[in-house]
Amino acid sequence: MAYSEQEILAGLAEIVSEETGLPTDSVLPEKSFTDDLDIDSLSMMTIVTLAEEKFEVTIPDDEVKNLATVGDAVSFIAGAQA
Amino acid sequence: MSHVPDVVVTGLGATTPLGGDVASTWAAALNGESGARRFDDAWFERAGTFGIPVEFAASIKVDPSEVLTRPEQKKMDPSAQYAIIAAREAWADAGSPEVDGDRLGSVVSSGIGGLQTILDAWEKLLTNPDGGARRVLPMTVPMLMPNSPTAYVSLEFGARAGAHALVSACASGAEAIGYGVEMIRAGRADVVIAGGTEATIHPMPVAAFAASRTLSLRNDDPEGASRPYDVDRDGFVIGEGSGIVILESAEHAAARGARVYARIAGVGLSADGYHITSPEPSGAGQIRAMQAALDESQIARADIVHVNAHATSTVVGDLIEARSIRGLLGDEADHVALSATKSMTGHLLGGAGALETIFTVLALHERQAPPTINVENPDPELVLDLVRDKPRPLRDGQIGAVNNSFGFGGHNVALVVASV
Repeated sequence: MAYSEQEILAGLAEIVSEETGLPTDSVLPEKSFTDDLDIDSLSMMTIVTLAEEKFEVTIPDDEVKNLATVGDAVSFIAGAQA
Repeated sequence: MSHVPDVVVTGLGATTPLGGDVASTWAAALNGESGARRFDDAWFERAGTFGIPVEFAASIKVDPSEVLTRPEQKKMDPSAQYAIIAAREAWADAGSPEVDGDRLGSVVSSGIGGLQTILDAWEKLLTNPDGGARRVLPMTVPMLMPNSPTAYVSLEFGARAGAHALVSACASGAEAIGYGVEMIRAGRADVVIAGGTEATIHPMPVAAFAASRTLSLRNDDPEGASRPYDVDRDGFVIGEGSGIVILESAEHAAARGARVYARIAGVGLSADGYHITSPEPSGAGQIRAMQAALDESQIARADIVHVNAHATSTVVGDLIEARSIRGLLGDEADHVALSATKSMTGHLLGGAGALETIFTVLALHERQAPPTINVENPDPELVLDLVRDKPRPLRDGQIGAVNNSFGFGGHNVALVVASV
């Protein structure tokens, strides 16, 4: 079953919130993982791992550096769904 | 600095089977309460078919989820979570000392390390045989490493004089405090956050300790199971939690007007070199550790009024220790109030020596030795004066106490604490 972009954003916001302690409503598509949400590379890989499990997709390591914003990640996950 | 500084205790912190902080833990101990309880339904749902013969433990009283944020819980193994909770309390209790981070040390030990993290990660692979490696969390290694608790304490408080984690099984917590004392004596630090932690109440380690035939099987009476020196003792009760103390050079403490609980006057270390789990029967190694700590303390034997025994409630271990104390002190052991607080807390493994140091410090500070519970029929071979059921007052004047901690592997650690 494919998730809508809205569902992916909500699910990703939950994962980011658990990882960082930020409220879910601050995890908006335009936010940068590093500059706005202060997420380091190890935390980013944790988020990727949990997102892969939740949305049943693979996010290749080479791709992670291209996911600058929350919106980038939502789009990638939406496109990666089978 | 040419002289060797005295080392005092200025802060205490703990989270234990008896309470989420030192005050509640100490109050429960003075009151003779047991922290042992039957496993919950979730445990039996998960592990009920394994045939684990033990159905209870002294589990943590206040779950970390009540104290820590979600991100804190996610990035730390429970063993580190307990240590951080205890360290925050100890630091605040010491008055959040102002100290240059280069002069602040962290020595927090665990006997076993991040075992629950290891098992969780392995379970990810077992339950996802098709590509499960991508389910293993990136934080797994920093959470499972046994230096993780001391590293997190160092990070949180900016302790840069050194972050250490000495591993000596059930003596780890006491050895950490001993090493912290030595850091200050050696001039490497003015303040050290020191103690121990453990979090191994999980079906695998419980099965493994049961396999070594060291756990009590008194399933029909968990609260009565830990009974050091009782004739019907049948093994220890596995516990969990952490104890942390703030160690400080006496000069540093005096300069900032800190409240001083007690002084760590002697540190004694030895190894049995005899057997991987059994204590050496003559107690020679234990006596050497206690002797070294006493000699260093320069406290007269007549002034040693209290011993917090390692006494885990095993058939063999309890008596070897009692004979060692008698062997060392001779007639002077007659005026020693002996307490076996594991009767109440269970055995915190790597956390035990630190929690029992806190008890020993408080016993001197408040002049009362905590009780030993569940001793219905004292072992006739016990040749010491056991404090039973109710706390016992300790006399005025300069007094000292010994805290013993011994570990699988033949590790012996004795700390001598002095009143101030």
